[in-house]
Amino acid sequence: MTESFSFDGTVVTFRSGQTIGAALLASGTRSWRTTRRKGRLRGLFCGIGVCFDCLLTVDGVPDQRACLVEARDGMQVRTQQGVGRAGLAI
Amino acid sequence: MRCNIAQVPASLVPDRPTRAPDVVVVGAGIVGAACAFAAARAGLSVVVVDRGAIAGGTSGAGEGNLLVSDKLPGPELDLALLSARLWRDDLAPRLGPRLEYDAKGGLVVAATSEAAAALCETIAAQRAAGVAVTHVAAADLPTLEPHLAPDLAGGARYPADAQVQPIAATALLLREARTLGTRVLTGTRVTGLLRAGDRVTGVRTPSGDLPAGAVVNAAGPWSGEVAALAGLDLPVCPRRGFVLVTAPLPRMVRHKVYTAAYVGDVASDEAALQSSAVVEETPAGTLLIGASRERVGFDRASAVPVLRRLAAQAVGLFPVLAAVPVLRTYLGFRPCSPDHLPLLGPDPRAPGLLHATAHEGAGIGLAPATGALVAQVLTGEKPALDLHPFRPERFAA
Repeated sequence: MTESFSFDGTVVTFRSGQTIGAALLASGTRSWRTTRRKGRLRGLFCGIGVCFDCLLTVDGVPDQRACLVEARDGMQVRTQQGVGRAGLAI
Repeated sequence: MRCNIAQVPASLVPDRPTRAPDVVVVGAGIVGAACAFAAARAGLSVVVVDRGAIAGGTSGAGEGNLLVSDKLPGPELDLALLSARLWRDDLAPRLGPRLEYDAKGGLVVAATSEAAAALCETIAAQRAAGVAVTHVAAADLPTLEPHLAPDLAGGARYPADAQVQPIAATALLLREARTLGTRVLTGTRVTGLLRAGDRVTGVRTPSGDLPAGAVVNAAGPWSGEVAALAGLDLPVCPRRGFVLVTAPLPRMVRHKVYTAAYVGDVASDEAALQSSAVVEETPAGTLLIGASRERVGFDRASAVPVLRRLAAQAVGLFPVLAAVPVLRTYLGFRPCSPDHLPLLGPDPRAPGLLHATAHEGAGIGLAPATGALVAQVLTGEKPALDLHPFRPERFAA
């Protein structure tokens, strides 16, 4: 059985044990976040949980590191534009 | 490793003697940088030496607080008020936008009615000493900081509190000093002091002797080691602190916000862990969360219980932070004296040696006035503040 998660509405399949970042990279997606000020593209950089460049929103929770979060069947993964918690702005 | 002759400071090359500088500053942290800049501006020739990098010690491990709010009337508040003016009117315009100077103001909040009553007394005393401060009723706190916990008892607003990026501040001050002829020797350890009788006449480094008219000990928590090179006992000990850095957030905390308990922590003589939430935003979007205080020597081992406690206290202040991840943490060592006052001024036990140290967690804030006072001593001017409370020999038996 092929497992998959939703990435901004498209279906991304993965092998068991893969992180979201690895699955996205394998599917040909290299970036999934834009920077806060200049809207530049970001994806995996360090790949080991240190740099916080590969942030995305997983099941509604922003600022998740794609390189650390293991992919699960049926996950709702979304790109993160700018800050992940824009709603907190005052 | 290839040795590049161009990197060897000219004065250390034996066949190229230059005139000995007026002053050698030991320490390229914020205090050393401010001393060097002030001395250079007063027309003195200056060399700064540091065994590490610029802002590589305490200055690079804090938050960049410029606070008058956490100080009770007395000599340290006088130093803070003078420094706040110098940051605002002199250094911020001169050092430019990379300083990240932000006159955001401080907001001290009281969690209980007892703390609020104590805060009112503090406010009255500070106001009498010239601090601009307004009382904030509990009902008005959400207007100032919408994300604050709803159950706080009151607060106080201090418009003079500000913030800088401390590493940039140190580097920019040294750059200004350099344009005035100051030389900065990083990676240069001071291994001894040159003496002529009791007098200190320069420093010894592995690359050679550096004679100077005077030596300023601005080595922060390591300044006791420098003083020991002169056979002097300078009781400066490290007080460890951690800072948590959150994920970048939109603008959501306007002031430097902390609990009234922080003032008590700062003044305490307790060796065991103390902590109270201090929260501030940075231009990068991250929030910095402090502040813990412990006397554990120079132990750099991370301490998860301390980090956990800081996080919990910050969430107590701003409940929305419960869902925000922490990107990283760092730690540093505040240089602490037995009476929590800086050791500042000439040391009569060793003429030619001055100390500018033990600013504890307030070195960034207190640096400009410290530099100005050191320069005034070096040039024989009357110091702008009475140095007696700061005299470095006050603990000598």
